[in-house]
Formats: sequence, C-alpha cells, structure tokens
Amino acid sequence: MKFARDTWLIFQRQTQLLLRNPVWVFVGVFQPVMYLLLFAPLLKPALNAPTQAAAYKIFVPGLLVLLAIFGGLFQGFGLIAELRAGVIERSRVTPISRLALLLGRSLRDVVSLMVQAVIITLLALIFDLRVFIGDLLLAYLMLALIALMTSAVSYGVALKVKSEDALAPLMNTVAQPVLLLSGILLPLTFAPGWLQGIANWNPFSWAVDGTRALFAGDLGSDKVWQGLSITAVLAALGVYWAARQFARSVR
Amino acid sequence: MIETRGLRKSFRSRAGRETKTVDAVRGVDLDVAKGEIFGFLGPNGAGKTTTLRMLATLIEPDGGEATIAGADLRKDPAEVRRRIGYVPQGGSTWDESTAREELVLHARMYGISKADAQRRAARALDAFQLTEYADRTCKTYSGGQRRRVEIALGIIHEPKIVFLDEPTTGLDPQSRAHMWDEIRRLRADGMTVFITTHYLDEADALCDRIAIMDNGEVVAEGTPTELKREISGDVVLVGLDLAATPQAAQTLDGEPYVNKLETVDEGGLRLYVDEGATAIPQVLRRLDHAGLELRSIELHRPSLDDVFLTKTGRSLRES
Repeated sequence: MKFARDTWLIFQRQTQLLLRNPVWVFVGVFQPVMYLLLFAPLLKPALNAPTQAAAYKIFVPGLLVLLAIFGGLFQGFGLIAELRAGVIERSRVTPISRLALLLGRSLRDVVSLMVQAVIITLLALIFDLRVFIGDLLLAYLMLALIALMTSAVSYGVALKVKSEDALAPLMNTVAQPVLLLSGILLPLTFAPGWLQGIANWNPFSWAVDGTRALFAGDLGSDKVWQGLSITAVLAALGVYWAARQFARSVR
Repeated sequence: MIETRGLRKSFRSRAGRETKTVDAVRGVDLDVAKGEIFGFLGPNGAGKTTTLRMLATLIEPDGGEATIAGADLRKDPAEVRRRIGYVPQGGSTWDESTAREELVLHARMYGISKADAQRRAARALDAFQLTEYADRTCKTYSGGQRRRVEIALGIIHEPKIVFLDEPTTGLDPQSRAHMWDEIRRLRADGMTVFITTHYLDEADALCDRIAIMDNGEVVAEGTPTELKREISGDVVLVGLDLAATPQAAQTLDGEPYVNKLETVDEGGLRLYVDEGATAIPQVLRRLDHAGLELRSIELHRPSLDDVFLTKTGRSLRES
C-alpha cells in the first residue's frame, strides 16, 4: 500500500515535469515520424514487399522496439541531473520506498513511450497498416516491458557512473550492436548464417521477431510467447538490479 | 538528542593502480543536547560532511554507534529518517519546480496526506517569507531565497533534529545574517539544530556549543566561551620584518610572562600571555634593548581561530 502510494507520488511528479517541457514530447515524436515518412518508402522495393502496407507491417514494429530501447537507455541523463541538483539525496533522507524512487520514474518512461507508440501506430494507419487490436495490445505490452527494462538499467548505470560524460559513450556502445543485431531496420532473414547466429543471442532480436509476428496477425507463432517471456524476464532482472543500486548508499 | 561513540568511516580511492584508504572520520564521540544549536567547525576536508551524512543515514558507518532522537542509527535507520531533517550543502531543489510543489512533494514523501502537505507547505512558505514567490520555478530564485526553500524542505515534517550542512556558504552577508535568524527561530521552536561550518564568526555567534574537527577527529568540544577560555589570557601579535623574526623569538623566548611563543610565517610573533596590558610594555622594552625594530603590535582576545591553532598547529584560515 505504502509502496503503491510512493510509486504513484514519484510517477506523478515526473510526469508533471515532463509535461512542463513540451519540447521533449515534440522531439520524441518528430524523429520516428521522419523514419516513417523518409525511410519507410525505401522498404517496399528493398524488401520486395508486395504492397507498401506489407512493408509497414515489417518496419513499424521494428521502429517501435527501437524507440523503446533508445527511449529507455537514455533516461539516465535526467537522473544524473537530479543527482547533481541534490533531489535524489533529499529523497533518500525520507522514508520513501527506494523501489518506488526507481519504479515511479521508469513507469513514467513506459507511459511516455506508449504515447509515442500510439501516435506512430495511428500515423501508420494512414499508410494502410492494419493490425488487430488484441495483437496490437500484446505488442504494446512487449514494448512496455522493453522500455521498463532499458530505463531501469539506465537509471542503475547512471547511479553508478554519476556523470554524463561516462554515461553517453557507455549507452551508445551498448545500443549500437543491440540495434544492428536485432534486425530492426532490415529483417535478419537477409543476414548470412554467422550474423544470424550472433543475433540469436540478442534478446532484442527475439523481441523484434515477436512484435513483427503480432503485427502480422500471427498470434499463434512461437515467436510471440518467446519474445514476451524473454523481455519479461529481462525486465524483472533489470528492475531488480537497478532497485539494488537505488537501495545502496549513493551520493 | 544525538549521541555517538567511535563513529568511523574510511573511503577507498583509486589513483592509477594503487588503492589508498582514506580515513575520513576516525572515531567521533558527540553529545548534543535537546534544543541547542550545535556547530561542527573545521576546514574543508576535515570530515564534517562525512560525519553529517552518516548521522543522516546517507552513508553507512564502518564502525561505532549512534543514537539519534532516540533511534538507533545502525539498527533502525528508517526510524532515524522519520525523526530528522537534512539540508544538504549543494542544494536540493529542482530548477523546473516551484517552491510550493517541492514542499508538498517532500512532505508527502514522509507519508503525509495531500491536504495536510498543502497546509504545511503554505505555513512554511509564510514562515520563511516565500509566499510571494511560491508559484515561480526555483531557477528564478536568488541564492538566499533558494536556501530558505531548502531549509523549509528540511523541516516540513517537523523533525526533532535538523542537520544543516554549511547553511550559509555562498550567501551574501545580508542573506547570511537573515539565515542566522532563521536558524535561531528553529531553536526557539524547540528543534535541535546541528550545523557544519568553516566560518569562525558563524560558529561563535550562532552556536550554543561547538566541536572542532580536524583530520577526521574531534579535537575540542565546548561552548565558544569555554573553548576560548581554555586558551588562558590574551594573544599579543608582534609585527616584525622576516629577517628580524628569529632574533626576536630568541630574545623573548623564556621571558616569564610569555606562556607560549609562535612565529608567524610572513614575519612576526604570536605571544600567548596572561595579561596583555602588562606584557606589552615589557615586550617593547626587551625588543628595544636588543635593537630590533617592530612594525606593529596588537593585542587581541583569543578567537576560535586561536583555539583551532593551538589544537591543530595551524590556522583555520590557512587550511
């Protein structure tokens, strides 16, 4: 009860501050829309897709996973700013739940990702993308789990390194191979055997496959439950690890 | 209100391949009574902030024990948190929030209901004369206003003790005097106030009792008056050229009225005497006899800096 209340308190505060700075909302939507408008048209011929809609069915899920990964991984910067301002230290001398300090923030990130995802899906509808609502909701669950994990990990790392100068290259180094090995921009069906072999070890590759299966309306595909389970386990591990960082003494 | 025994903390720092252990706090014993302003005086790096952060549950001590407002620091830090307020040195407010939002949020972090938090925030804003700016974002505040918000945050839940880490550092003289009044007001409200400072005048004017800390240890403790009295008598400062200083020291060393003699680095002597008024004519006579020309002579009552100097061998201003 106290934990739920504490989490809600932090979530509210973080959401309020986010809404006060509408630039973020704009930036968060602008970039994916650019991909949708300027990159996706290349895909129909490149993927040899029969229609533009078919190309979108492959590209949009990848784009959403990309957003979930990146949106989460770079949340740590905000936390470093808060550390510097003394806001975290001030919270730590109160009896507020340590897990709530993390989860309130991460849930804010999940919700803001959901808003982005809905806007992009709606835009893609204009380009003739069609998805069943049930499948779509499951895909959103997958995205939420990814964002929860990446944002929690990012907060945990931020607490450890305590400086933007260390966090930026670190997150970029992690994000780049993850991105390339997940088949987000182009499906890995084109990849040579060795590349696919490596990609099989990338959990995000499973998440992308699962999300694509859902967008394709293939609910019964093994890829769906595999993707969902892998992301759920990773999200739990990520939150657990980051929560430990919050509970430890940090400056 | 606060009782500590043998509180210790060391940090490991890595320089290249070598790991070095720095003993930041080496066994601190403190007794702070209810309703007093207790000052922790010492140069930067003496271990004041580390001690304060241990008492405020922010870092775990390596050893020792402490009871704070009746709660055991080692066994029940959560209870300690409920009973204390803490105002960190580097600020604690967020640029994009307003003072009112910060106060309401902070009160609610203590489990206070929303309605009650809003009432308390309004009352605190009023008491700290912040109502006028309450709904502007913190980035628009002056240094003094922002510090007042931070103190208000520290006491929004009516703690028994409030820890203030260097509360007046960086403030202009007027805001500083204002802050002293605020701190005295906290005491008048029945709160125990624990501050750290490296300003001598602040410790002297504001604190009921002080502990002087140097190099991780408490080197002296008492009321400012007691501490100054410990250095018996007066201090005579004799201004001399650097070249003349050694000879003058030789001349005056061993004179019956000089309790202790120290040379000043930039030339001159510091004499600890029982009574300045009778010592000065004798000093003048001796130096005149020896053919030494003096540039100035000053008499002053011992300050906390002299206490620091006798306890640590260096001046607080230099360190």
